[in-house]
Amino acid sequence: MNLEQLLSLDYPLTRLVIGLLCIFAFVGLNGLVLVWVERKVAGHCQLRPGPLHVGPHGLLQPLVDAVKLIGKQLVAPFGSDKALFWLAPLLAFAPVTVCMLPLPWGPDMAMIPMNTGLVLILAFSGLGVLSLILAGWGSNNKWGLLGAARSVAQSVAYEVPLLLSVMAVAITAGSLDLFQISAQQGGWPWQWYGVKNPLAFFIFLVCAVAETNRAPFDLPEAESELTAGFHTEYSGMGFGLFFLAEYANMIIVSGVAAALFLGGWQGPFLPGVWWFLVKIYCILFFIIWLRWTYPRVRFDQLLNLSWKWLTPLALLDLALAVIVAGFGG
Amino acid sequence: MQAFDPTALRGDLASARFEPGPTDDKLILSMGPQHPSTHGVLRIMLELDGEYILRAEPVLGYIHRMHEWMAEQKTYMQFMPNMGRVDYLHAMAWNWAYAGAVERLMGVEVPKRAEYIRVAVTELNRISSHLLWWGAYLLDLGAFTPIMYAFDDREIILDILQAVTGSRLTYSYFTIGGVYGDVPADFASRCLAFTRHLRSRLPMYRDLVTDNVILRGRCEDIGVMDVELARRYGATGPCIRGSGAPVDTRRAEPYGVYNRFDFRIPAYTEGDAMARYMVRMDELVTSCDIIDQAVQGLPEGPIQAKVGKTVKPPKGEACYAVEGARGKIIIHVRSDGGPKPYRVKLRAPGFSNLSVFCDLARGTLLADAVSILGSLDLVIPEIDR
Repeated sequence: MNLEQLLSLDYPLTRLVIGLLCIFAFVGLNGLVLVWVERKVAGHCQLRPGPLHVGPHGLLQPLVDAVKLIGKQLVAPFGSDKALFWLAPLLAFAPVTVCMLPLPWGPDMAMIPMNTGLVLILAFSGLGVLSLILAGWGSNNKWGLLGAARSVAQSVAYEVPLLLSVMAVAITAGSLDLFQISAQQGGWPWQWYGVKNPLAFFIFLVCAVAETNRAPFDLPEAESELTAGFHTEYSGMGFGLFFLAEYANMIIVSGVAAALFLGGWQGPFLPGVWWFLVKIYCILFFIIWLRWTYPRVRFDQLLNLSWKWLTPLALLDLALAVIVAGFGG
Repeated sequence: MQAFDPTALRGDLASARFEPGPTDDKLILSMGPQHPSTHGVLRIMLELDGEYILRAEPVLGYIHRMHEWMAEQKTYMQFMPNMGRVDYLHAMAWNWAYAGAVERLMGVEVPKRAEYIRVAVTELNRISSHLLWWGAYLLDLGAFTPIMYAFDDREIILDILQAVTGSRLTYSYFTIGGVYGDVPADFASRCLAFTRHLRSRLPMYRDLVTDNVILRGRCEDIGVMDVELARRYGATGPCIRGSGAPVDTRRAEPYGVYNRFDFRIPAYTEGDAMARYMVRMDELVTSCDIIDQAVQGLPEGPIQAKVGKTVKPPKGEACYAVEGARGKIIIHVRSDGGPKPYRVKLRAPGFSNLSVFCDLARGTLLADAVSILGSLDLVIPEIDR
């Protein structure tokens, strides 16, 4: 094997390394952009301008915040399990990189194209809850423990309808490959699975908000009840990694939603990757908008919503999808 | 690094008294005094089973400032600024309760113009208190946006009151026998413009917040306080009016010129957090009605009765009750004939309202406890004094 071969993008290891580097750059930069978007949207929801003074319209504010977070001392509380305490934020960030690999950014743009991309994303996004448990347990804090306990129940409850709604689309498309599913839809809204199967889209969105621990389902970190829940004891970059992982998870669920329900990269006039980004950011805006509009639900209400409404509805939707696919095929 | 020794963490007096005994799966949790939703420095000891509360016990005293003792060290007028610090959200009502008690002791007749101004500023202050409560309560429930809208409206009140009193929060506007200064010429028009503005905003608040299904789920059937329980603990104000008893000092024992105004006492029978919420939202309208009548009927005349340079009430004692934003405020003053009060007793409504919390919180979820605590509208400096 010569050097030329090694450096070409067709060589799997090279592709993986370059892909991971791109993911880190994208997640980091996008985290900064999303923090700015979140604060601006929050500000305008609340009759105030949001960050304004650092850079034009406060654009550099997240950068300054990031520098501040990085510059902080790493403090572990007395009596905490140091290994678990520092493992947790790293573990929160690890699945993100894997989940980003199969996302279809354009017709021929993916870090690693694979025919079971959907399964990979669903499998690794389930790992995220492990980091919350470790954070809550390792920090030797009662609020953290309560937050960790909440996150487990929430994650288990919402992964079921999430999987079912995704399965409905996969059965309709007859594939687990995000590229194929995207390609089967057209560029116009009436060709999208989100319009053809709005119930699955709705269930997926609700579950996505719950899985990413965003308001109104941000129970593991409910700051008015549990101070900050699982990350009560984290400061500096420990907190920063959780923060970044939350935004990265939002990008992943938005990316999956765009690929499954909104036609992926397809759209008129613009090249594919731009359409994909536009769709991702529309969903992200929607999630942020939700957060600054609604109060937080209570824990039992959250579980009731999942087990009594979303799961049966998702099962019904899946059955319909199977019947339609059976008659159509 | 020193090894962690769990027995070294014995806790303080409050947590030592709150020992769970030989149970294995109960969690003792100290909520506060630095907790985002205990509004200041309230501390609550909780015994939890999972997230269910088995026992809740407030721990007070973190902002005890000896107001009653201070009263004995100062002359009658010097104590007035303390009133703005007891309950900083409804300072005017405390001003009035203290001024009223001393006036009753001295037998001073307050001029009519001063009485009307007192009503107007107290009701404005009540609205600002309720608006702040509304925003903070929704903050407790996890909705971040309403407080900004509430502060937007509250800002107008603060501007009006700043023009009248010179301060924006801790007012010390009342004097023994009147008010400190006359209102500016545009006071009436600004008040009327504000009540018009607030009335136009309330439908939006109802549609966006009150009728929200998540908010309803967090408030309805939470912390149900029946009227017997409320009476037993001496809960007053919106807390007891939400339990079906339309008890309001402004109507029950009218002070000042409240008997001249036509207003409705809102009351709900459910007794849950939503009922207390609705009472306060309705009271915004009630206060607007009273302000409209007060500034439109504002008589001409002096704003200060003749009291003399040094206030020296005769020997005796007097009691004065006022309806504050949180309930019935009573101030009891005893004079021994000297220039300083012999004793001043402050009855804060928040203390009685907080006492109900132990009963309401038992058996609820942690999130419900936060909701109940918020619905009681506690101001901790008032409770600790």
